[in-house]
Amino acid sequence: MTNLELQELIGNWEFNLEFSEEESQFLNIHVPAEHLHNFMFRFKSDPETQFDYLFCLSGVDWGEKLGVVYHLESTTKRHMAVVKVATEDRENPTFETVYDIWATSEFHEREVFDFFGITFSNHPNLKRLFLTEDWIGYPLRKDYEDETNMILY
Amino acid sequence: METEVVHTNFKSEEYFINMGPQHPATHGVLRLLLTIDGEIIKKVEPDLGYIHRSIEKMCERDSYQQIVHLTDRMDYLSANINNEAVCLAVENALQLEIPERVKVIRTIIGELTRISSHCLWWGVMGMDVGALTTYFYGFRDREMINDIMEETCGARLTMNYNVPGGLMLDIHPNFVKRVKEFVAHFKTKLPEYDRLLTGNVIFQKRTVGVGVLSKEDAISFGASGPVGRASGYSCDVRKHHPYSAYDKVTFTEALKTEGDTYARYLVRIQEMWESLSIIEQLIDVIPEGEHRVTTNAVIKLPKGEYYQKVETARGELGVYIISTGTKNPYRLKFRSPGFSNLSLLNHIAVGGKIGDLVATMATLDLVIPDIDR
Repeated sequence: MTNLELQELIGNWEFNLEFSEEESQFLNIHVPAEHLHNFMFRFKSDPETQFDYLFCLSGVDWGEKLGVVYHLESTTKRHMAVVKVATEDRENPTFETVYDIWATSEFHEREVFDFFGITFSNHPNLKRLFLTEDWIGYPLRKDYEDETNMILY
Repeated sequence: METEVVHTNFKSEEYFINMGPQHPATHGVLRLLLTIDGEIIKKVEPDLGYIHRSIEKMCERDSYQQIVHLTDRMDYLSANINNEAVCLAVENALQLEIPERVKVIRTIIGELTRISSHCLWWGVMGMDVGALTTYFYGFRDREMINDIMEETCGARLTMNYNVPGGLMLDIHPNFVKRVKEFVAHFKTKLPEYDRLLTGNVIFQKRTVGVGVLSKEDAISFGASGPVGRASGYSCDVRKHHPYSAYDKVTFTEALKTEGDTYARYLVRIQEMWESLSIIEQLIDVIPEGEHRVTTNAVIKLPKGEYYQKVETARGELGVYIISTGTKNPYRLKFRSPGFSNLSLLNHIAVGGKIGDLVATMATLDLVIPDIDR
């Protein structure tokens, strides 16, 4: 399925999706945070889309917004897409977990929590993955400063 | 007359045990927190971060040429393929036309790297289940590849041979001869691997039916590489998203359906045969031409997002670059195969014994710096 066909197909779904294809090889689908889980569930289970393989889950700090980027592929139909979700709340960024849809995201979401401080509601075991429990701050955020350990130039 | 002794003082209780971070079977500083009832595993919880260097954060301050050097330090056994991933991402973003010579050499070097990695894996796999001889056999053959690499680019482990735009140096005049010698040598040695370990009764008892992963779970847990393919999940990036010269060679994707430790073992053995075949197809037809196209000294990627996936010896490595048009990436994420493959360890280890966990981990082929990026 081409990006355009995919956009036409899921454009009818009632999740207030926005699309962009600029500056990327994939179709970028922007999902409002409140619809994330429902959309993802349908995105995987709908026979037309069947995005059953979550191959990359990344946290991103866009400056004003914090968000998560999901790279998805269908192992049966072999099409790919990118789903993005973002929030302006930097104090308490929260999204719903998708670990019940793709089991691998249990680990990936813990990594995002560790480095970006984004929490995932309903996650079974959300705690620091790489850093120690008493670490202060979230290192991959753009406003993170650690004068002792970071080499900046 | 015998009577059955009933112990009333002892109850079956679950308890915790630490496996690692210094444990010979974890091949690196991975700590597993095991919940055990007797010798039956109830839960495996990996504790990570002992060698985390935050390569992704470092990338945000480095130039694209410098980033290539950092990738060696992730999965150091697939160093060349990691380098290639970043180079391909940068080249695609710049829409550089890469000479055919570079593509073919990269493919040959990549397959040599895969064989070298699998040789090491095969050696330590045998060692993990108690067959120490394999270790010496594997390292003997791997040594020839290390020598080829040393002659080609001066390094044996962290090669840094790829640069955005091509290769750092042209191949050594001896390269073709040496590679042919290795292929001829290894073709006589691979059957030896089978005779020594594959058909061994003890080895089969340790591996057949152990750590079974179904195809659905493999996809859901994001398994890739030999781990996914042993469960019947066709996930070879070289087949589905060909890069470099993989669209010009014919090879079979090693697939098994059993999904157990033994199947993962057989997939890797078959992959070594396929790699030999790929090298043979290319070694005589390396095109003439430049080994590198010149790029700007300061590489600035156009604003946008770029994703490149390659097949390392462990599975699918992804490089996700967000560029704002400056000389550093705004965000760079490595999707490492080991990280996703580790996430399924708990799923396949529960219900087995500690000894089974060692065999299972051996065929997940974890490289810890790849997980702790």
